[in-house]
Amino acid sequence: MKVKQLSVFIENRKGNLAPVLSHLSRGGVDISALSLADTSDFGVLRLIVDKVELAQKILSEDGVIVKVTEVLAVVMNDHPGGAAEVVNILADNHVEIEYMYACAGKTLGKALMIVRVDDPAKAEEILCANGFGDTKANEIYRI
Amino acid sequence: MSIRNPEIECMPREQIVAMQNERLVAQVKRCYENVECFRKRMDEAGLTPDDVHGVEDLSKLPFSYKSDLRDYYPFGLFATPMSEIVRVHASSGTTGKRIVVGYTKNDLAMWADCVARMMEAVGLDERDIVQVSYGYGLFTGGLGAHGGTEALGATVIPMSSGNTSLQIQTMVDFGATALCCTPSYALYLGEEIERLGLKDQLKLKAGIFGAEPWSEDMRLQIQEKLGLKAYDIYGLSEILGPGVACECECQAGMHVWEDHFIPEIIDPDTCEVLPEGESGELVFTTITKEGFPLIRYRTRDICSLNYEKCACGRTHVRMRKPSGRSDDMLIIRGVNVFPSQIEEVLLRVSGGDITPNYQIVVDRVNNTDTFDVNVEMSETLFADDIRSIEAVEKRITSGLRDMLGISAKVHLVNPKTIARSEGKAKRVIDNRKY
Ligand SMILES: [Zn+2]
Repeated sequence: MKVKQLSVFIENRKGNLAPVLSHLSRGGVDISALSLADTSDFGVLRLIVDKVELAQKILSEDGVIVKVTEVLAVVMNDHPGGAAEVVNILADNHVEIEYMYACAGKTLGKALMIVRVDDPAKAEEILCANGFGDTKANEIYRI
Repeated sequence: MSIRNPEIECMPREQIVAMQNERLVAQVKRCYENVECFRKRMDEAGLTPDDVHGVEDLSKLPFSYKSDLRDYYPFGLFATPMSEIVRVHASSGTTGKRIVVGYTKNDLAMWADCVARMMEAVGLDERDIVQVSYGYGLFTGGLGAHGGTEALGATVIPMSSGNTSLQIQTMVDFGATALCCTPSYALYLGEEIERLGLKDQLKLKAGIFGAEPWSEDMRLQIQEKLGLKAYDIYGLSEILGPGVACECECQAGMHVWEDHFIPEIIDPDTCEVLPEGESGELVFTTITKEGFPLIRYRTRDICSLNYEKCACGRTHVRMRKPSGRSDDMLIIRGVNVFPSQIEEVLLRVSGGDITPNYQIVVDRVNNTDTFDVNVEMSETLFADDIRSIEAVEKRITSGLRDMLGISAKVHLVNPKTIARSEGKAKRVIDNRKY
């Protein structure tokens, strides 16, 4: 299932991450998944939030560089091998994963995986066919 | 103290002026006839060569600028046919385009003589062995010092720059008595020699150092570490290269060879000539150069002139070490760097119409210049994945290296983190001490 992700540029220096997160929380934005990829110089903070446009507005107004990208959100069972199963399905069908991150869900027994792939349409179709496509957008944020 | 050409170098002021009058009139005529850029400016100012009778008319003449060298790239400012040009040199300009200068046979002889004069002024003669560790090639430093050493009749070791251990071994084995290089490289060599404990094997007595700003403190350190006397030289490729001016053994300012160059000091804002002794922008007119003459060339270096006769006996005017620039040029590791060059690279990499905000930070660590460029992240530079951002960083780094010939450390920083004053970002932070 396609969802919108916020990507935020963060210079890799002490105290640069906290303001971004606190601005969002003050604005009433709820973060359901988060990952931070970094080098020694900078990082890219990736967020799945409940109010994408609001979050983007809050950050842009604060001078933060933010981009909205489309990624796939997959709800899977939170048990050993749950993530491997999803990754294997994509690999078997020659879909390349650019990056991914996962978090345990609020609902017991469910976990959320965010995947960025080279061919999102194909990936979505394959995942649906394998029983991973029945989650609606608004449900993602409750997982 | 020995003087290479006492008749010229110790010429009374009125004779110097008489010589300059004659040469200036001829040079203006030649430039007017052969250099389109100069002729146009004269026409625009309503002047003809007949309006110029001598040095007192110099201040009427139009200025020439570094940008002229770019606009007439590569050979458009030469005053002789290419058949008479026997050598060209080039250096970086204010933007991506290099600037090119050309020399006739006579120019090369004049250049070598100027450098030989300065070598003799620091106490060298034909018995000396001179290690030239300026870069050889398009840069004027190496070949300029080389030609002068040969004209003096001393032995030249054409080392060029780099390969420090070979430099030191050569210096020791060949018994070099003089060294020509940038002051920062001299200090670096001195430190290496100190580390290797080779100072007592050196025969160096004089060092001729230029092409970048250096402090009195650096001079003392170099002298201590290399056991020589360190002399300051001044030159720029547009005018000649090394040898335009140099300290004598009295070390009380750099003698400008006035039989070839007329210096003026102007207020860079009003462009008025300033009274003797005042500090302002140095302007040069080359009165004997054939291939690439320049009338009233704005050097952008800030200094003052002293016309008093020197204790060494020379009468030629002495310029003080430049105290700064009237433009934003930086000299980093001996290379001229203009913020406009960095802007050009950033604009190209971002592919947009707006130059990303940036800041140049220069410092000196272990006698080597550090060169950092902070670039504010922007919508156009940002991408969702690390690899693309790293690729942007690499494109800027290699773009700068291609443009400048030296490496910069590029850092992508948060937007709006580069300090601004009155809305304008501070482009350059130079923490080096001179
Ligand atoms: Zn003197």
